[in-house]
Amino acid sequence: MSSPVIQIKNLSKYYGGFQALSGVSLEVVSGERMVICGPSGSGKSTLIRCVNQLERHDGGQVIVNGIELGKSRKALREARTHIGMVFQQFNLFPHLSVLENLTLGPMRARKLSRQKAESLARHYLERVRIPEQADKYPAQLSGGQQQRVAIARSLCMEPAIMLFDEPTSALDPEMISEVLDVMIELADTGMTMMVVTHEMGFARKVADTMVFMDKGLIVEKSDPAKFFSSPESERGRLFLQQILQH
Amino acid sequence: MPDSSLLARATANRYRLGLLLTLSVLLSGCAGQLQWYVVSPMTEAGRANLLFMLGGLKYTILLSMTAIIISVIIGLLVALPGLSRNPFARGFNRVYVEIVRAVPLLVLILWVYYGLPIMLGITINVFWAGVVALALSDSAFEAEIFRAGIQSIDRGQLEASDSLGLGYIDRMRYIVLPQALRRVLPPLGNQLVYMLKMSSLVSVIGMEELTRRANEMVTAEYRPLETYTVLILEYLVLILVVSAGVRWLERRLSRRDVR
Ligand SMILES: Nc1ncnc2c1ncn2[C@@H]1O[C@H](COP(=O)(O)OP(=O)(O)O)[C@@H](O)[C@H]1O
Ligand SMILES: [Mg+2]
Repeated sequence: MSSPVIQIKNLSKYYGGFQALSGVSLEVVSGERMVICGPSGSGKSTLIRCVNQLERHDGGQVIVNGIELGKSRKALREARTHIGMVFQQFNLFPHLSVLENLTLGPMRARKLSRQKAESLARHYLERVRIPEQADKYPAQLSGGQQQRVAIARSLCMEPAIMLFDEPTSALDPEMISEVLDVMIELADTGMTMMVVTHEMGFARKVADTMVFMDKGLIVEKSDPAKFFSSPESERGRLFLQQILQH
Repeated sequence: MPDSSLLARATANRYRLGLLLTLSVLLSGCAGQLQWYVVSPMTEAGRANLLFMLGGLKYTILLSMTAIIISVIIGLLVALPGLSRNPFARGFNRVYVEIVRAVPLLVLILWVYYGLPIMLGITINVFWAGVVALALSDSAFEAEIFRAGIQSIDRGQLEASDSLGLGYIDRMRYIVLPQALRRVLPPLGNQLVYMLKMSSLVSVIGMEELTRRANEMVTAEYRPLETYTVLILEYLVLILVVSAGVRWLERRLSRRDVR
């Protein structure tokens, strides 16, 4: 494997007096698919949101593509165009059509022409299998379709890294697989992915690395075969028991 | 003064109903003393008087529209620093809003027309004095409306635009303001109605708008009841039409993206 695209060194983050991350270190190499799991409130979102600085860290370093984030605003904006992010709540722009949702970033942040941006948008709508919805508004789509549009919106930036924060948690059960299928295909293209999810079937299928977090710390980091068969930590074992029960 | 839009809206509706009731009592209860010929469209003189009064409509509308446009722009420019992380920017917003809100409109009109030219060594005509005073006075309310509207935009929208690498200006222009504008349209409509009514105060410096024309009619014909009743009807029709227009615009804008 190649050099790390994301380096997280001794990261700490406070919300007021509460410490959400207590010295987390992690490396993600190019093409790696990392799945992060752990109980609610363990700091998974905080960690992944520090990678594109939606949360500013209080200690340690986040280095993406060799550039340390949090120093310069311009460098951050530039870095963000290479880091795609998919949210639990989709966060599509409700006043823009699907096509406009997809072309805004490429046109404004990447300075592509409308023509280029639109052909890019149509290409990725095809990839997430909803080319026919280009002119609809987000509210006219199902949750699963909305999340696929959100994935396409990030892909239109042609990022080097994709972050997912519980992308299927807000979906009705019957729509989960359509989103996971798209993510599996994306993994097959060699995309570097950091995915917070409780979908262990997905993790088994695509993850190169499993990270288990608890109380603001990485408790365990191992390959999925090992993690699922014999987790090192007691807490990991309990967590798996709970989550695999249903 | 309308601070909370919903409340203002409800009271505005109640106010209109009350006005209609009052008018019908007025018109039926003292029929014997009324001299409607003064403003009767049936007679030559009445028509002339009516046309004279209606002549003020142009200025009422022009004054209010110009003032609302300027006050919306100032309001937005004052609202933005109010949303900043910088405490000085926020302080500027608070000081502006508190000071401007504290000055009575009539006082502001007099100050702008009689005081400002001395201070700046310029001349200012009644129209622009009226526009400046109305716009300034209203801008504090517009600033508060915009601040609330922008603050009501879901944080996820900001995060999505940040994660696409959009800068502050693009984020405002393409994500925040288009959504905020839809939300503040009802309170902005209220401010417009409020502005149309408050423009009557500009009559004191001699602006020939509806109220001034009515006052001149009263001086000439000495029929205050009939004249001012017509004046009320003029404002009533004007404001009902404007309100309907605002509601139409609201419906048109909200049709597409029901959340
Ligand atoms: N904006 C915030 N303000 C205060 N506390 C927060 C905030 N965001 C998260 N937290 C707290 O930080 C901890 C970690 O949160 P989070 O990273 O969202 O956990 P996870 O995604 O693993 O469920 C939780 O205890 C949560 O309550
Ligand atoms: Mg979370």
